[in-house]
Amino acid sequence: MADTGRLRSTAVGAPGWVSPVTLLRVVIILTFLAVWEFLSHSGWLYRDVVPSLVRIAAALVDLLTHGEYYFNLGVTAAEIGLALAIGGSLGIVVGIVLGANRFLTKAYEPYLYYLGPTPKIIFFPIIIMWCGVGPESKVALGALSCFFPLALSVAAGMRQIDKVLIRVGKSFRANSWQMVMKIYLPAMRHPLINGVRLGFGFALIGTLLAETKLSNMGIGFLIINAYSTFDMPRMYAMLIVLFVLSIGANALIGRLGGIESIKRR
Amino acid sequence: MNGGAGAAGTTVAKGSSQAGGRHRDDRLHKALPTLVGIASVIGFFLVAELLIQFGVLNRFIIPPPSQILGSFGRVITEEHVFSRFLLTATECLTAGVMITVIGVAVGVAMHRFKLFQQACETWAAALASAPMVLCYPLFLVIFGRSAWTMIIMGFVSGLPPVILKTIEGMAGIRKVLINVGRSFNLTRSQQFWKIQFPAALPSIFIGVRLGLIFALINIVGTEFLINFGGLGQLIEDLAERYDLPGTYAAVCFVILVSILFFMALEKAERWLIRAD
Repeated sequence: MADTGRLRSTAVGAPGWVSPVTLLRVVIILTFLAVWEFLSHSGWLYRDVVPSLVRIAAALVDLLTHGEYYFNLGVTAAEIGLALAIGGSLGIVVGIVLGANRFLTKAYEPYLYYLGPTPKIIFFPIIIMWCGVGPESKVALGALSCFFPLALSVAAGMRQIDKVLIRVGKSFRANSWQMVMKIYLPAMRHPLINGVRLGFGFALIGTLLAETKLSNMGIGFLIINAYSTFDMPRMYAMLIVLFVLSIGANALIGRLGGIESIKRR
Repeated sequence: MNGGAGAAGTTVAKGSSQAGGRHRDDRLHKALPTLVGIASVIGFFLVAELLIQFGVLNRFIIPPPSQILGSFGRVITEEHVFSRFLLTATECLTAGVMITVIGVAVGVAMHRFKLFQQACETWAAALASAPMVLCYPLFLVIFGRSAWTMIIMGFVSGLPPVILKTIEGMAGIRKVLINVGRSFNLTRSQQFWKIQFPAALPSIFIGVRLGLIFALINIVGTEFLINFGGLGQLIEDLAERYDLPGTYAAVCFVILVSILFFMALEKAERWLIRAD
């Protein structure tokens, strides 16, 4: 009976190949696009603040077919990758050291905990003094941004490791390196991946904000350049691509780390 | 007899003094990590001071901590720190109110209409992981170089956690509580205000706390980036004047304000969970 009811409701509510959820999503997206297009032609807002969808699409095509964009994307990707490598590895080391020792946790973790959510961009003038105005300062800000979430996540992960696993490692007389590689890191895979995902997000924001503030290359520079020349369709196009890339990269990190399979277990 | 009582008294006194000593030792043992942490921070600044004074570190890049400490008073009096602080706090509060009202309303609506939730919850989660702060040039164009740009930046970045946590809180209400409401024949509105909302409040508050943290980060960050407004602009102003001790002092001040803000939110959250 229940099954029949379900079948009937699907048949009445939507075509068999489209679920009601997909249908609602399509309706919401279409409504949003229609309202946008209406606003762009209404004259209620300043010209170009809400450019027409056709112009945004044209700017998107123009952006994606120009080599200059890919060069700048490469610069930003390299900066973010380097920032994640430096800040991330430091964060993992500090997290493991803090998480493995209760005394150190109590002594130093509160500083990390409270410094973690402070806006890191305020350190940028200091970082410029230390690292100069080139890509180094962007990498440094990105590294600083991703260090805290990774260190805190790894430290929390270390404390959640099953004590039996640690005793097994010690009974095999594993040295510190073997303990880290064979016991700690595999056992705290979930918090580690979550930390990397968070760290990636923070490194991305830190690096791009630094680029918008002071740079002559990178995606952040292109966005602020489009703003300065009031090229709004191009700016929208870049924001769309950036959002798609960052959400995609975030999902990819989760998938590569097998976060879904961990959750299912 | 007396002698026995005296001996017993001495033993009791010795026992209580031993217990007192143990208690003191325990307290010292508990406070030791905190003391080591504080000592390390002080030690770090002392080493930095010495390295700068002996010319190992360049004082034109890193000013001595004593000079930074000395410039705190100057920054507070000459740079109108309190009026700037009030401006940032007002922006944050306005964004916080908007986040709470709209975020909770959207979260409740999404929980109530399951189809709407299924269609949009992943979008809210995706927005939470998107670098929303990069939209600041867009809001600059729409709202101009005004406080509203900061408020909207704070609002946009703080909204997703409130929506997600409200849905989580509403979904986690125990069935027993709903059944109690039903057995009292409560109306839908009474059921919501008397049962569902209070039960979901701790989770909603976690969302509001996260939202406010994101809002503060983005508001101060945007103030710094567009050189307008309160505390963020102060840092940019001082850095542009190459007032290094002042810049470091302003950065320390912003860190201090953020830490106090997070501590206050955390206390409020703990109080709310205990009250629940």
